[in-house]
Amino acid sequence: MLELKHIHKYYNSGTINEMCLFDDFNMNIEDGQFVAVVGSNGSGKTTLLNLICGSIDLDSGSVLIDGKDIGREKEFKRNQYIGRVYQNPAMGTCPNMTIAENMSLADNKGKMYGLRPGKNKARMEFYRESLKQLGLGLEDKMNVKVGVLSGGQRQAMALLMSTMTPIRFLILDEHTAALDPKTAELIMELTDKIVREKNLTTIMVTHNLRYAVEYGNRLVMMHQGKAVIDSAGAEKSTIQIDHILEKFNEISIECGN
Amino acid sequence: MDFLITVLEQGLIYGIMALGVYITYKILDFPDLSVDGTFPFGAAVTATLLKFGVNPYLTLLISFAAGLVAGICTGLIHVKFKVRDLLSGIIVMTGLYTINMYIAGTNNVPLFSVNTIFRNDMLTGIFGDKIPQWVDIVVILVIVIICKLLLDLYLKTQSGYLLRAVGDNDMIVTSLAKDKGNVKILGLAIANGLVALSGSVFAQQSRVFDISMGTGALVIGLASVIIGFSFFKKLSFVKTTTAVIVGSIFYKACVALALKVAGAEATKLITAVLFLVILVVSLDRKKKVKINA
Repeated sequence: MLELKHIHKYYNSGTINEMCLFDDFNMNIEDGQFVAVVGSNGSGKTTLLNLICGSIDLDSGSVLIDGKDIGREKEFKRNQYIGRVYQNPAMGTCPNMTIAENMSLADNKGKMYGLRPGKNKARMEFYRESLKQLGLGLEDKMNVKVGVLSGGQRQAMALLMSTMTPIRFLILDEHTAALDPKTAELIMELTDKIVREKNLTTIMVTHNLRYAVEYGNRLVMMHQGKAVIDSAGAEKSTIQIDHILEKFNEISIECGN
Repeated sequence: MDFLITVLEQGLIYGIMALGVYITYKILDFPDLSVDGTFPFGAAVTATLLKFGVNPYLTLLISFAAGLVAGICTGLIHVKFKVRDLLSGIIVMTGLYTINMYIAGTNNVPLFSVNTIFRNDMLTGIFGDKIPQWVDIVVILVIVIICKLLLDLYLKTQSGYLLRAVGDNDMIVTSLAKDKGNVKILGLAIANGLVALSGSVFAQQSRVFDISMGTGALVIGLASVIIGFSFFKKLSFVKTTTAVIVGSIFYKACVALALKVAGAEATKLITAVLFLVILVVSLDRKKKVKINA
């Protein structure tokens, strides 16, 4: 279980531009939950992910994984338990390395990177099989550099790579936002498949309200550092897109824009 | 003929340094100026060891180790103290100038009366008192090939993959739960080890240590790497490491030709102008120097 306790986060603290983003924010995420997080720009969605992953520091509060506080651990250490896919497809792969090299690199996560051969020949067949499931023809391009692939292909690879080794949480940071609608749909279906197969606890930030309604078993809407909608399980499955949109507009009107 | 042999010898020796610069500039994307200090550092360590009668072949390994330490310093300054990459290199380069002076004892150490990797009892035993000149080339070639093959092998290991990944997209290294800073330090260490080794061979071949021998070393290294990449990398059967070494020989040949025309006092100007020409021709200037302090 992931617990966020009494999270405080200010930007520009100590200056006249001080901005409070999180003021005593609390949230628990149970194992097996697939949480879709929506909200307008500046509502704290991405900051929330960055605080969990350690990309930015907490002012105070704690982030607990199975009761263990990781809130002060360095980002790279936390990544032992976390897999993350970014909005930018370029961030999840190494462009100048081949598909096979990228897969081997990701497959070794959690182990030592020593002087054994980097390319894991024994696992090549497995990589090919995994790539085949994407249905993008990547299995025939094992020795092609990832940099020449399209954004969608790279994002599919990033997704595969971040979930290749056992992880506790999958963090998806608007991972379909930079893709065309058709590819976004494909990546979203793929995400759902992987999350189900591996039974991953997932947090997905998205601007696409339809994805938030269709996918996942919990929906959170953030506004000014608070969760204004938070519904899980049966309640979530009855939520209609109109309902969220209504709430979304309500918030926006409150803000005067 | 002598001209060609000199070019080949020098090109190969600087080729070892170019392999180091290849790691920092191309793989790590780190403009490492400490090279100008580590090249004479390797030479200074070698000169002093040779004077004490240490086995010349052992000095190669010790110089490499000395270079590793210098590279680790640059890395630590950049990673732990968060100093910009360029400045970290400049700090180490400047500091090494004095350290080189301390190690060598003076700013110029002739190495005529000591054993070197080219003139020693073992080679005299084989070839007699007059060691033929081709032996020099063979000795250098063996060292270059060993360095190249070991580097090739290393870049294919898991650790080597991580090194390539950190220059390519360092977010990946973080997401693999590895400290990208440590990987950078490792890369800088290996790179500067090679540069110091190159300095060691250079000093033994030219039979002198000189405090100013490192000035412009980085430019030579960069030029070699860029020539190697622009002109020889397109041939797909050529490995990048081979391309870099060939680039170094090619660059030395260009400089030597230009010097024949303009005279020795124009060395640095020719080095600079040729480097500019290479940058313009190869269009490598488009590559942004990342400033990630």
